[in-house]
Amino acid sequence: MRAGLVLAIVGVGVLAWAGFAPIHTASRDQIFEIPKGTWASRMAGKKVAILPDHIRLTLGVRDILVLKNHDDVPQIFGPTLMMPGQNFRLPFERAAEYQFACTAHASGQMTIVVEPNPETPWARIRWRVRELLDTLS
Amino acid sequence: MSAWGPRTVARMCLALACVPLVATTLVATAPGASAGASEMPALKAGVFDPPRQAPEFTLQGSNGAELKMSAFRGKVVLLAFGFTSCTEVCPTTLAVFADARRKLGPAASGVQVVYITVDPERDGPERMKKYLAGFDKSFIGGTGSPAQLAAVRKDYGISAEKKMYGRDYTYVHSSFVYLIDRRGRIRALMPYGHSPDDYVHDLKILLGE
Repeated sequence: MRAGLVLAIVGVGVLAWAGFAPIHTASRDQIFEIPKGTWASRMAGKKVAILPDHIRLTLGVRDILVLKNHDDVPQIFGPTLMMPGQNFRLPFERAAEYQFACTAHASGQMTIVVEPNPETPWARIRWRVRELLDTLS
Repeated sequence: MSAWGPRTVARMCLALACVPLVATTLVATAPGASAGASEMPALKAGVFDPPRQAPEFTLQGSNGAELKMSAFRGKVVLLAFGFTSCTEVCPTTLAVFADARRKLGPAASGVQVVYITVDPERDGPERMKKYLAGFDKSFIGGTGSPAQLAAVRKDYGISAEKKMYGRDYTYVHSSFVYLIDRRGRIRALMPYGHSPDDYVHDLKILLGE
């Protein structure tokens, strides 16, 4: 019985931490990279997907999209054309859904959803759980 | 006291050990950053690093002269692509440019708006001149043959797709704007939807260089 009680207390403690502790992280960058040799792989008929057609960012936590082209040729990457060795850093300051024409995707579009800063306990819990699941998947 | 047997104590220890484990995992899997944890980029627009030279082009200008990108060296250029029959993106973007130039005051003389059509069938120099003057008389339009314009779009990574609506047509095109510095380098890309104040913010930085 007592063990169950302790477990419940611990569970509540974890939830309280997840809900009330501010989200501290080292960088606000969400990085996507084109590895070297991507163009050659595509030319060889391999299907190489680098950038998802749906990206979720969070204001104040991870709200800077960073694209890096490590390949040897220019690439259409998300909304823009990137030269070899070039980086692109796009900050977002407003929560909204952004649509970009992107020929790299079958749909021809890339959507970036910028969500508000998780300010409520429930929003923080949801954000942390989603991050954990994303990391585990 | 029987409830505090070895197995119970072991369970409790396990449960307590989970707290820092879960906490550490959750912190470790939050790769973003809290506000102020990292420096915000100086520009509101997306920044290229390193910046590349804006590809040269030669088109027909709406002012009747030849339109070359290199002619604007020394000015900050806002380069946009669109078409004069556009009912949504282009009028908004051009109105934002005009507002930003007004807000800049005398410094606006260092800014040149260049608007290149994706619709050469309809957008001749005269039509573009009239259309752009409705926003700001200093704006310059660029047009040319379909092949010329396609080459420019390719160099700048611009997409433009013609969509038919009965007998009429429209274009779905890239809606962002390039910010090109005084040295003719593509410094940044402003996505559609930014305010005149955001442009003023970035233009002041580029003009001040």
